[in-house]
Amino acid sequence: MNFHAPHIDYAGLSPVIALTVGVCVVLLSAVFRPLRRTAPALTILTLAATAGLLIWQWNDPQDLVAGALRLDDLAIAISLIAVLMAASTVLLSLREPAAEQAGSGEYHALLLGSVLGMVLLAQAQNLVAFFVGIETLSIPLYILCASNLRRERSLESGLKYLIVGSLGSATLLYGMAFLYGGSGSTDFAGIAEGIVKGPASDPLVLIGIALTGVGLAFKTSIAPFHQWTPDVYEGAPTPITSFMAVATKAAAFAVFVRFFDVALSVQASDWQPALAVLAAASIAIGNVGALGQRSLKRLLGYSGVAQAGYILGGLVVASEAGVSALVFYLAAYAFMNLAAFAVVVARERETPYGDDIEAVRGLGGERPLLAWPLTISMLGLAGLPATAGFIGKLYLIEALVEGDYTWLAVFIAVGTMISLAYYLPVVAAMWMGPETAGDRRRGEQVTAPAGPAIAGASPEADPIDPDAGRRPYLLVPALLATAAVVFFGVIPQPLVEFAEHAGASLL
Amino acid sequence: MTSALLWTPLAFGLLGLVLPRRLAGWWATLGAVATLGLAIALLAGFDSGGGLQDTVDVNWIPGLGVDYSLGVDGLNVFLILLTAVLWTGAAAFAALREQERPHLFFLMMLLGETATLGSFLAQDLLLFVLFFDLMLVPFYFLFGAWGTDREDGVTASAATLKMIVYTLIGSLLMLVAAIATAVLSADGGHVSFSIADLASQPLGEGSQRWIFWFFAIAFLVKMPAFLLHGWMPDAYRAAPLPALAVFSGVLAKVGAYGFLRIVLPLFPDATVEFQEAMLIIALASILYGSVMAFTQTNVRLIAGYSSVAQLGFITAGIFALRPDGADGAILQMVNHGLVVAPIFIIVAILAERTGSEDLREMGGLAMRAPVLAALFLIVALATLAMPGSANFVGELYILNGLLQAKIVFAFVAISGVAMSAYYALRLYQRTMHNRLPDGIASREIGLRDGLVLAPLVLCILGLALYPQLILHRADPAVQESVGAVEGPPTPGTLAKK
Repeated sequence: MNFHAPHIDYAGLSPVIALTVGVCVVLLSAVFRPLRRTAPALTILTLAATAGLLIWQWNDPQDLVAGALRLDDLAIAISLIAVLMAASTVLLSLREPAAEQAGSGEYHALLLGSVLGMVLLAQAQNLVAFFVGIETLSIPLYILCASNLRRERSLESGLKYLIVGSLGSATLLYGMAFLYGGSGSTDFAGIAEGIVKGPASDPLVLIGIALTGVGLAFKTSIAPFHQWTPDVYEGAPTPITSFMAVATKAAAFAVFVRFFDVALSVQASDWQPALAVLAAASIAIGNVGALGQRSLKRLLGYSGVAQAGYILGGLVVASEAGVSALVFYLAAYAFMNLAAFAVVVARERETPYGDDIEAVRGLGGERPLLAWPLTISMLGLAGLPATAGFIGKLYLIEALVEGDYTWLAVFIAVGTMISLAYYLPVVAAMWMGPETAGDRRRGEQVTAPAGPAIAGASPEADPIDPDAGRRPYLLVPALLATAAVVFFGVIPQPLVEFAEHAGASLL
Repeated sequence: MTSALLWTPLAFGLLGLVLPRRLAGWWATLGAVATLGLAIALLAGFDSGGGLQDTVDVNWIPGLGVDYSLGVDGLNVFLILLTAVLWTGAAAFAALREQERPHLFFLMMLLGETATLGSFLAQDLLLFVLFFDLMLVPFYFLFGAWGTDREDGVTASAATLKMIVYTLIGSLLMLVAAIATAVLSADGGHVSFSIADLASQPLGEGSQRWIFWFFAIAFLVKMPAFLLHGWMPDAYRAAPLPALAVFSGVLAKVGAYGFLRIVLPLFPDATVEFQEAMLIIALASILYGSVMAFTQTNVRLIAGYSSVAQLGFITAGIFALRPDGADGAILQMVNHGLVVAPIFIIVAILAERTGSEDLREMGGLAMRAPVLAALFLIVALATLAMPGSANFVGELYILNGLLQAKIVFAFVAISGVAMSAYYALRLYQRTMHNRLPDGIASREIGLRDGLVLAPLVLCILGLALYPQLILHRADPAVQESVGAVEGPPTPGTLAKK
């Protein structure tokens, strides 16, 4: 009898292996006293190694682990976005009270664990890997949201995320069960075959599509499944918020695309209109919800709901151009969000206002180096030209019009108009002075020793570090991200090619 | 050459950031003068029969079919020159005065110039939309951060936000419309945004209809036209005057130019179908703008509403859909830019003397300021289209075109000419004649301000003597643009004389 050892493609698995080793090493570093301070450095090292291995595998699509994973350019592109966001989160977390309170080793190990989940999720092409990935991604985040142990809001945020996230996961799992029942396979390609062979409009399959769609909508904060987003974003430690806002969304969208465009592509005419309606709802609800928000983190949370609606547009059309547009927009979104959050983190540490809009008032005159990243980020999120945000919208709208969803393109334009009414006041606060009496009165309220009334701050407000915004670990990511937003707004071709590569790997 | 012209202002603006504060203004003026030099060189080398020239065409985003494509023809060459002239005047005028945060102010001024030149030069539909939107960014900062808050509580930033939301409503819809035009025109093939390519294969009538309105709204808001002008009064009252001079003088024209460059050639069927609707909007703007202009007492608003009326005239000229009407429209765009910018500069000078921008608190300022009064008189007479001024020629062409196209509309438009005489003379008399209010001294215009204002007035006089300078060069391009709508160009129009 011959024994055949299964073939293991270590090269393809190397990014996952690197992350797993990294998680263990970083966690162990917390045990040895002399190594305690090294957790951030070790994390960055792991992420750099992962990024290197991912780039090494670029343009060499392959199935891994008996077809459970597929490492193609889409997976690599999304993984790179997640790794980039994680690395900047490590920088943003330096001297962050949350990281100190939760234990630096644990905090960073959890962060890496979440990245591991994202890298898996981006490659998943069977239901089991899909679910394992999404849970590996989510569970560390539940803990990280609550890692600012001395702040009630942080704990509340973690709990809220846990409950809503579990609901989302349960819905997703339930939907997967239906799909397995309807198609008889857990493999994405197998599901597609099973659906073709089965009866037309099989109710099992349709229910499965609906439930998995809802589960993924929870994870990507698509309205009307977004209610947790502003609360969780506001309560979580800000570096974690910045990580969640982009990386989670990117990974969840990766699997969203792969699942719907591969496994469910035969049913596209059923789910396309439904997703289009969800996208439109998200754009409307996110943009209207963000109006009048004074907490910058809540504002970015609602704006994230709206942006998720735009990004979903790329999936709605189920075309190569759509997937490319989606990847492009995610990359642009990563840079824009990073620039904004780095400034929010800096101002949270510098001023007693927390993440209230007061914290950035007059920033343009005092600290142009901090004001520009937030300004460019806001203009980019609003889709003004000479930023990557404009090109991203152009890309999405072009894909939508080609896919005969012109009405959704018009909806994106309308949503963008509404969004100006909350992005521009942030810019105005920085550059246009607190001249009105109303503003000053509100300012005075907040100036009173930081009370619980302030968004984002709490009685145990963290100590103020007046130089936080000058520290290179905040300033450099902010400026680099800003430069990237402008660079890809003026010379978008490299990023377009990157996105086209990713988009071509599916259909 | 065209690329150099386009990027010179921005390059100067960025370099200016490293200079000492007191030099920032003069450096920016130097940048505007350099741009003006390039614009004049462009005109000197311009061949009036040569179609599109000085073209630049580089693949910019091949993946999306967008090209960096610039070019000059009879439609835009004078608008480019107008941009360069007015920016030079405005930059010099601003440099003469103390500005807060001068680096940023002048960077934004020059970024505004680059964006405006870009929207005139662009020969790629998407590039045009991009520059059209980009124009808003610097003016958002200029109006919001250097504007004045009103006493009744409307802050500059609120007024500016309103302006941005209004104008972006138009331009975002235009973005969708532009992409739809290219995608539908490609019909599954390679998407191209080149305006010439798109004009050669017009869309189906159904698509043209909605795309026409998406573009038209963007352009009408920018002008602004009646019903879409809601942002104008607040923004005009908040804006810093040097920025307002170029804003009103040039940016409003981009809308009118857009009709000639894009709407007529690309959507000919819809243009014919909606000709009367557009003419009604144009006439409503003329009547509304004129009536408002002679009831206002705020000097800025008089100029603002008169612009609404003038832009109504220009729109009417374009939508006569005849070459003479459109020739007149182009001439009138330049004329209006040349009169409205000096008016705002004069408003700034008057406000420095009286401390107010209200007509009721002015008067008698001509007493000891004959030069200022003379300059103002020339501008005012040009505004009311005095025979002998280029504005007279422009309005004559427009009315001639309109008379032959739609005679009823022409009669209504003529009443607008009469009303413009009333508000222009009222503005002049109430500020310059009458009794000098207490506590206000009449002072002659300073030499340096005079050196800014006089060249602009000289341009008005020069054009009055020789309007053919523009008409002759604009005509071939206008024939082509209007010809797309009405079939083969009609010989024997006024411009051929």
